[in-house]
Amino acid sequence: MKLLQERTAKLKLGESLIIQTAVRIMVPFIQLFGLYVIVHGHYSPGGGFQGGVILGASFVALALAFDQKFSMQLMSERVNGVLGNLGALIFVGTAVLCALFGGLFLDYSALDKLIPLGPIGWRSFGIFIIEVGVGLAVMSIMVSLFWDIGSNGEMDEGL
Amino acid sequence: MKALAFVATLVTGAILLYGTMDFPAWGDPQAPAATHLSNYYIENAVAETHVPNLVTAVLGDYRGYDTMFETVVIYCAGLAVVSVLRRKKT
Repeated sequence: MKLLQERTAKLKLGESLIIQTAVRIMVPFIQLFGLYVIVHGHYSPGGGFQGGVILGASFVALALAFDQKFSMQLMSERVNGVLGNLGALIFVGTAVLCALFGGLFLDYSALDKLIPLGPIGWRSFGIFIIEVGVGLAVMSIMVSLFWDIGSNGEMDEGL
Repeated sequence: MKALAFVATLVTGAILLYGTMDFPAWGDPQAPAATHLSNYYIENAVAETHVPNLVTAVLGDYRGYDTMFETVVIYCAGLAVVSVLRRKKT
């Protein structure tokens, strides 16, 4: 009993073994579901925004159950920034690439000259590409908003 | 000043609520939104994009500009928060 009291005294307020274990088990499934929502947007409700928010929420859950340092070990600030920029770049880059290959801006069927999938196949695949870009950008922005606001900009233990 | 802002909010809200009285009824097939573009999307979207989910087809293809700038808006919001709040530890 004494040992338990000493151990709980060391923990920060709100840290609990039950929550930490539950989050540790749930996070892989949350991330898998987020990826599923992104790539299955063609056939069911979902898409880049929703899936990106779910992916970001998994890191927010980690930062809440453990501390912010722990979630920053799993995805560093630099990687997060690169992913966010990459996501926005994928979207805008695809749109510009369409224009460069002779179509209108964001007219994915023009990319048929690059890889022949057929104009209609490219319109379907182009939507997939931009959904992935949106998902990356939204995930990164969600996580960085939480890190910045939760730790008052200092990137320490946070909430 | 607070009372003035409150009155301004109330008046604006009342005007907006008054404006909604001219809206077509919910699900009205004769509404302008349901007579032109919606029909086109429902009839042609699957054949033109091979995406069974019409919402995704409209969001990602027909209204691609909108989605692109939504992403840019979110990106700018994140950029602004990071550049305002992020600081080196003293």
